[in-house]
Amino acid sequence: MANNARIYSRLGQSGAIFGMAVNDLAEHYPIKVVSADMSVVAGLERFKSAHLEDFYNVGIAEQNMIGVAAGLADEGYKTIAVAQACFVTMRSFEQVRQYMGYMQCPVILVGISSGFALTQFGNTHYALEDLSLMRGIPGLIVLSPADATEAVQCMKWAIQSNQPCYIRLSGGGNNPMVYKNEVEWDIHKIAVLREGEDSTIFSTGSMVYVAQQVAERLVEHGLSLHVVNVHTIAPLDKDGILSQVKGHTIFTLEEHNITGGLGSAVCECVAESDIQAHVIRLGVKDSFMNRVGGYNWLLEQNRLTPELIVEDVLKNV
Amino acid sequence: MKPIIIRKNIINACRHIRGTSAHYGGTLSCVEILIALYDYVLNWSDSEIRDRFILSKGHGALALYCVLKEKGILTQADLDAFEADGTCYFAHAKRNIDKGIEFSGGSLSLGFSYAVGVALACKDKANHIYVLLGDGECDEGLVWEAAMAAANYHLGNLTIIIDHNELQSDGYVKDVMDTYSLMDKFAAFGWDAVEVDGHDIGALVRALNGGVERINHIGGDKPRCIIAKTIKGKGVSFMENNPKWHHGLLTEEQYKQAMAELEGVYGK
Repeated sequence: MANNARIYSRLGQSGAIFGMAVNDLAEHYPIKVVSADMSVVAGLERFKSAHLEDFYNVGIAEQNMIGVAAGLADEGYKTIAVAQACFVTMRSFEQVRQYMGYMQCPVILVGISSGFALTQFGNTHYALEDLSLMRGIPGLIVLSPADATEAVQCMKWAIQSNQPCYIRLSGGGNNPMVYKNEVEWDIHKIAVLREGEDSTIFSTGSMVYVAQQVAERLVEHGLSLHVVNVHTIAPLDKDGILSQVKGHTIFTLEEHNITGGLGSAVCECVAESDIQAHVIRLGVKDSFMNRVGGYNWLLEQNRLTPELIVEDVLKNV
Repeated sequence: MKPIIIRKNIINACRHIRGTSAHYGGTLSCVEILIALYDYVLNWSDSEIRDRFILSKGHGALALYCVLKEKGILTQADLDAFEADGTCYFAHAKRNIDKGIEFSGGSLSLGFSYAVGVALACKDKANHIYVLLGDGECDEGLVWEAAMAAANYHLGNLTIIIDHNELQSDGYVKDVMDTYSLMDKFAAFGWDAVEVDGHDIGALVRALNGGVERINHIGGDKPRCIIAKTIKGKGVSFMENNPKWHHGLLTEEQYKQAMAELEGVYGK
């Protein structure tokens, strides 16, 4: 297999999937792509020109996008529905619940620009509750890739699996690389990226790279941090999570509200186990932003930069 | 199929579970529409190229169950299980393709949007996609997203029937949220729209088959909307045009009266 990690990284998660991977997958699978007027942003130009009859832009109508995708998926097409994460999961929540949860229509729903990716656009365009909403739907698989290479792996798995799933994409182009190669990947197993002894940080999506930086910096402080990538939020690898708890205090890290996402999922898992561990949830602090700013500024405001996370880890361990 | 059999089965269906109400009004209004489809229009025997009937007004499930029973797909035991603990016969039908139920209804407008996707996937096939909606259902924004998309994609293989009984849960459609002319609205959305008497099986069949012939023989590519003028609660005097019977509970006396009236209206 050619190593495309660098190219994927340059293109970003959405660009890697729609600009490259989907075009290759379309050689082997009957793929249909439906979008709600977001194909250019998603990076679908190449797919559209090569497969004009397999692409539908339903207009700025996310709810109908999911319905149309469900009908196509039930008729045997590998159907991908893609638009901004905030709108596909929130405006269309009931459609996702009904078609992909209750009816199990095998739609691959892709939310682009999750978290704070749309920066200055403001709160309407942030997707900070999507993991919470999606993991609450019975029978829906929720994937949150750490980088562009893992995003491509999520899409390859989804195309082959024929199960309804939500893939949460973060970041734009020049997505930081967590994986240098396409690694052996099991959707049902969390991935340990760095061995440590003193505490574990369970991270997901864009924050996996940040967690690695935090672990590196903590070495200077004499702290050995165990770094885990939780790429699959639902179904959660509960045994995996419990087996990787190190020390008395553990951390969760996500570009998502601290309510309902990875942090809540890990808390539920630990609370129901025999393991005694204090869980600190690092994420967006349960409030909307009242001031505009760029990506790094938004992360700083929520104490999600490596420097601030290092402070918070040292304070709590 | 005889409308009286379907209507009597609808009235009978809840007898076995004391104290449970049913959607009488909107099931009694769509009886002839379902008979026209299942007796004269739908090719539902061959699963590969079967026509699809999607019940978007999910609260019409009881009428669908009664029709499927007459077609030999469901049994009397299935009908007797309606809304009973532990059975699969929800008030809003749950998809079960082996039992002839294509879609899990209940949340209004979702069947229509789904049908647009099915029709897109089947565009080059010989089958046809039919959807039954309620007129109150047309309050939902998703109906109009779906309507726009169906015309945009030239889905000549899609026909929707609107059970236009002019009532919704809280009262008359014109008082709750006046839809004005659904004909004009669908025509303006690029559809071929016609209005028929929704209790006249012959007229319904002509309108339904007209749509298919037009597509197969004249080459039209507009989706078709059949507005079926109906009476909510049709056949039972105290239910007719009475919003209270959208979802209600029959007393023993009312049950006897309903059955007597059905016998009187349609003969034995």
